[in-house]
Amino acid sequence: MHGMKLLGMMGLAALVWSADAQAAILELNLTSDEASAQEIIQEALIDASPGDTIILPAGTYALTDGLSLDVDGVTVRGQGPDTTILSFKEQASGGEGLLVTSDRIVLEGFAIEDVKGDAIKANGSDEITFRDIRVEWTNGPAATNGAYGLYPVSSTHVLIENCVAIGASDAGIYVGQSQHIVVRNSRAEYNVAGIEIENSYFADVYGNVATHNTGGILIFDLPGLPQQGGHSVRVFNNQSVNNDTPNFAPEGNIVGGVPMGTGIMVMANRDVELFGNEIADNATTGVLIVAYPYEAEDEAYQPFPAGIHVHDNVFGRNGFGPDNEIGDMIAEVGGTPVADIVWDGRLPWWETFFGAAANKGIYVENNSAIEGEEADFINLDVTFWYAARWFHGVDRNVPDHAGAPATLQPVTLSQLSE
Amino acid sequence: MMRFALLLALALQAMGGTALAVNREVALAEKPAKLLSEYDLFAELTQQVPATGVVPYDLITPLFTDYAVKMRFVSVPEGQPATYQGEGLPDFPVGTILVKTFAYPDVSGTLPNDLRLIETRLLIHQVEGWVALPYVWNDDQTDAVLKRAGKSLSVTATLGDGSVQDIRYVVPNVNQCKGCHVSNGAMTPIGPKARNLNHDFDYPAGRENQLAHWASVGALSALPGDPVDLPRIADWLDEDSASIEQRARAYLDVNCAHCHIEGGPGKTSGLFLSWEETDTAQLGINKRPIAAGRGSGGLDFDIVPGDPETSILHYRMNSVDPGVMMPETGRTLIHTEGLELIRSWIASLED
Repeated sequence: MHGMKLLGMMGLAALVWSADAQAAILELNLTSDEASAQEIIQEALIDASPGDTIILPAGTYALTDGLSLDVDGVTVRGQGPDTTILSFKEQASGGEGLLVTSDRIVLEGFAIEDVKGDAIKANGSDEITFRDIRVEWTNGPAATNGAYGLYPVSSTHVLIENCVAIGASDAGIYVGQSQHIVVRNSRAEYNVAGIEIENSYFADVYGNVATHNTGGILIFDLPGLPQQGGHSVRVFNNQSVNNDTPNFAPEGNIVGGVPMGTGIMVMANRDVELFGNEIADNATTGVLIVAYPYEAEDEAYQPFPAGIHVHDNVFGRNGFGPDNEIGDMIAEVGGTPVADIVWDGRLPWWETFFGAAANKGIYVENNSAIEGEEADFINLDVTFWYAARWFHGVDRNVPDHAGAPATLQPVTLSQLSE
Repeated sequence: MMRFALLLALALQAMGGTALAVNREVALAEKPAKLLSEYDLFAELTQQVPATGVVPYDLITPLFTDYAVKMRFVSVPEGQPATYQGEGLPDFPVGTILVKTFAYPDVSGTLPNDLRLIETRLLIHQVEGWVALPYVWNDDQTDAVLKRAGKSLSVTATLGDGSVQDIRYVVPNVNQCKGCHVSNGAMTPIGPKARNLNHDFDYPAGRENQLAHWASVGALSALPGDPVDLPRIADWLDEDSASIEQRARAYLDVNCAHCHIEGGPGKTSGLFLSWEETDTAQLGINKRPIAAGRGSGGLDFDIVPGDPETSILHYRMNSVDPGVMMPETGRTLIHTEGLELIRSWIASLED
């Protein structure tokens, strides 16, 4: 049914034919003396019609400006994440490599390398799919690398699968202020944060490998944003192992505070379920559950984690070398090696005295460690560590908070049923 | 600019009020015209002498675009004035064309004008909404050609201090146009807000307030009174007219707030820089960055009262690195004078 069109460079002017309302397959020829790869790709992205598939050929192409896509229903397909490479080493302008602002977009089978800012950003996109995409800063971890690899924000129905993100100075795979999200079967390495779900609702993160990052998988909520109160996030059947890259985030960024060797970190979210994960060889700790550490002027903001369910995970060796001031504090309060699961113990002030509200507590069960033992846990009780040391008491028993964690439903996406 | 206005006045007199109508049909066609000349917006294209019904205007505080000289025009369909609706954008009728030509003083001495015209951007209010179209001037300066995919040009710019510099001027592609002009999902003009038009302009027939002039030529209706009593944004450059706070806020509104506003592309940062913003945290004061990456420059807060050097806002304005600089598009140079204004404002803030 698809009209097959081979686009020689000069043929681009003849894009009118797509007015036949048939979905077209546009094979770009990016080796032309007439125009740069930049011009050919950008023109195709602008002139595409809904339903079109833009095919990028094999090869490595140098781009000088950010690319952008604002037509609904377009697929951009390369020949594979190691075969079709868009290199932004010579980028002179543009805040990202590729910016998507339209709906029902599929990006698959290509790589974006060495962008000055974010590699691929999707802002306000519905039904956005990233598949078999590689984003990488090829010089390895450096503070001068761009912040985010795959970066859907303010988006809905987000699917990220079989992707690879390497070397981001903030997060390799970052989903912010979005809803209905699946991140699966992907790999994040040598980033500050491997995978980060921030200020988002309804996310499933599974089957991923996060390794050699500073922190493996982060579930965060921050104040002062159009969408906050992150909740309903399931993180399961992932490997977060050997996260051993020293934090290289530029200061001022919240991930700059993540200690090297943090397997999974939950900050200020509600209803988060961590299960079936393999968490090993992380120097600071396996799972870190904390409140937002700064003053927030935003009165609507809820800084405490609530309804956090950690169960049936397998922990290897963790906590053997806690990093940075957070690691130092953990070690000072609780000693080393650090427990597999660490909670800062902070609660709203009322609950500090009377216990977490029903269903709003921390629920830890059935986690195993090396040699079949139960994984260990520590409540640092940092509120009293700082406020009234003589009341302070570390608790190594799993809290017995009232109620039970929420039962979270799998995320459904139309892209998944294809 | 003065020279241009004079030129305009002389040319208009020379034309003797030749009636040349704007081709509204071309403007409203689904397929955009290939050449700027097809719109009949100008009685004399290269000299940028407007046709009948095309009104030149300027802004009290303009957007910085690499020190480009800008010539702006508006044209509404005859008998259909835009409607004043407060200090923001007038309600422009379908068929309205907003025209903005970007130019630099000619340093070659070979051109017919004192100016080298670089590009002319049209914003056309079509039935389905506003459409942005960039036209790039040819070398002979005889016409401008539609470049929907934008263009990167080598241009000699004259900077604020009068020095010249070769720059890589980026004509935005239509997506980049949307990058700034989309608000709540729809394209919209940015510049001609009533508060930013409300001052005098040198028309061929003499100096007059722009809102009053628009009303008198049938381009604007429903003006609620004498423009003197209507809202007016501060002139970022005029130290006598407004406080440093007002001038800085005017500058931020015009240069940043099309993105950094509720409903704008930069809303995800939680940093809102519009003229109307009253929440100091949303304005960036002691606000931590969200997704700035290395744009933070190792600094903790967007604005640290009294300390511009540790304020991210100042840091990002003071950069031309694509991964750091703000705004992300529209400039390749640092706006030294704008940066100085923001620096002084932050320095003046008390904790």
